Amino acid sequence: MHIQTAKAASNGADSWDLSRYAADFPILAQQVRGKPLVYLDNAATTQKPAAVIRTVSEFYEQHNSNVHRGVHLLSQRATQLYEDSREKVRAFLNAASTKEIVFTRGTTEAINLVASAWGRETLKPGDEVLISWMEHHSNIVPWQMVCQQTGATLKVIPINDAGELDLKAFESLLSTRTKMLAITAVSNALGTVNPLPTLIEKAHGVGALVLVDGAQLIPHAAVDVQALDCDFLAFSSHKLYGPTGVGVLYGKEAGLHAMAPYQGGGDMIRTVSFERTTYAALPNKFEAGTPNIAGAIGLGAAIDYVSGIGMNAIAQHEAAILEYGTAQLLAVPGLRMIGTAKRKAGVLSFVLEGVHPHDIGTIVDMHGVAIRTGHHCAQPVMDRFRIPATARASLALYSSRADIDALVRALSKVKEVFG
Amino acid sequence: MSEFRELYQEVILDHNRNPRNFGVLEDANRFADGTNPLCGDKVKITLRVEDGKIAAVRFDGMGCAISTASASVMTETLLGKSEEDAQKLFESFHDLITHGSAGEVDKSLGKLKVFGGVSEYPTRIKCAILCWHTMKAALDGSQEPVTTE
Repeated sequence: MHIQTAKAASNGADSWDLSRYAADFPILAQQVRGKPLVYLDNAATTQKPAAVIRTVSEFYEQHNSNVHRGVHLLSQRATQLYEDSREKVRAFLNAASTKEIVFTRGTTEAINLVASAWGRETLKPGDEVLISWMEHHSNIVPWQMVCQQTGATLKVIPINDAGELDLKAFESLLSTRTKMLAITAVSNALGTVNPLPTLIEKAHGVGALVLVDGAQLIPHAAVDVQALDCDFLAFSSHKLYGPTGVGVLYGKEAGLHAMAPYQGGGDMIRTVSFERTTYAALPNKFEAGTPNIAGAIGLGAAIDYVSGIGMNAIAQHEAAILEYGTAQLLAVPGLRMIGTAKRKAGVLSFVLEGVHPHDIGTIVDMHGVAIRTGHHCAQPVMDRFRIPATARASLALYSSRADIDALVRALSKVKEVFG
Repeated sequence: MSEFRELYQEVILDHNRNPRNFGVLEDANRFADGTNPLCGDKVKITLRVEDGKIAAVRFDGMGCAISTASASVMTETLLGKSEEDAQKLFESFHDLITHGSAGEVDKSLGKLKVFGGVSEYPTRIKCAILCWHTMKAALDGSQEPVTTE
């Protein structure tokens, strides 16, 4: 009997396995192209649990109104829900105050906000902004633009063949000229997890600020911004099981306070006359115009959802699926993994000998398996590995070993066609 | 298998494995570069036009099976055609891959008809059409870089 119990466990009932939560995600129950959907494009966007969808639709059915203005009941309710959501984000990140939580359109806008509002005021010729070779375009281009505008210089930390940061090069690039280290926590194209505590400590050592691109971190691990001591952290709701079109910029209060506004408009002002405008207090100073109210409230519901499961449990589950997926994919003849860092999270990026990633993507899609193919908005990474693109399977809390098995079966069909 | 055999027909797989007219024509008098910014595919088309006819044509670059085969079959088809015929073929090929082979298909397309299946895959149409846009730009003498945007 004992043996039978152990066997049952190895068939998918492991204590770490969270894939049963897939039942909470209505979209995953469907068939695509006549096959059960296997969704492995979570680094692009995650699916939404019923609780998030219900929260957003309840908002529009029962509470919809603008925030921070009307005296009527619906406006009070909408404002309360919106600000409750900000508090959920604060608690989730362990930020010191809700003044440090700015709602944006997403990670991209959060980074642009800092590059513009901090960079344009502060940077001058001779100053340096340090990024890494593995950045998403959204953590390259805003800094390139602000460097062009201010005469500052953009420096890039190289990566090794495994897709890990070259820490020696990082230290030699770091100097008192470095004003900002803008670095991803987890590479979207390679899955590499960067050693944030070391990077942040050393950058602070030369007086630089640190912005963390947390788009691929926040969905996969518990984060405490005070322990991390980063100056800014950006992430998107839609990669954390929440709605699209909303994201968060966390910034230390003193830093945000010292920054000029990003955009001008309603909601970010205290008083306006044609001669002079005074700005609202934090965080409203950075939230010009009507925000994505339903989106922010939906993000709050997503945070409730993942907190109910536990970020540590999610991290443990995804690590186990990543390990299983790595072993299964490496057994596929002609497959080469791109990104073999010692510490990885959520991403399996690969190429198949003799087959372009786009053809892989189309053929596995025929078998109901959704993966991403292309340069993943990280063209410098592709250039570094001298490839035009990769195929990328990326994980979420609902990913299962069965999903990996379906991908491997579909890849064998690719071999049949291109054999 | 049958569903994606319609896309990956034997002719396409063959031209992907053994692309015809691959490389750069040294004595070209028309040329253009094309890119697909969405996927990073790049193609260079070089042609030699003599007395209004395509005397030689080559393609160079790196892409998926659809884009490689499309460029390979295109060069085979264009060889010996007049500039005017090449422009007409561009229009017919464009119709074929956007509307499929269900409707009226220009008979002069010949082997190009194997790309009719691409119409079922909207995200792959750009893969098949990039080399044609680039060829057209080369014939038209356009100085603008060609993109599928």
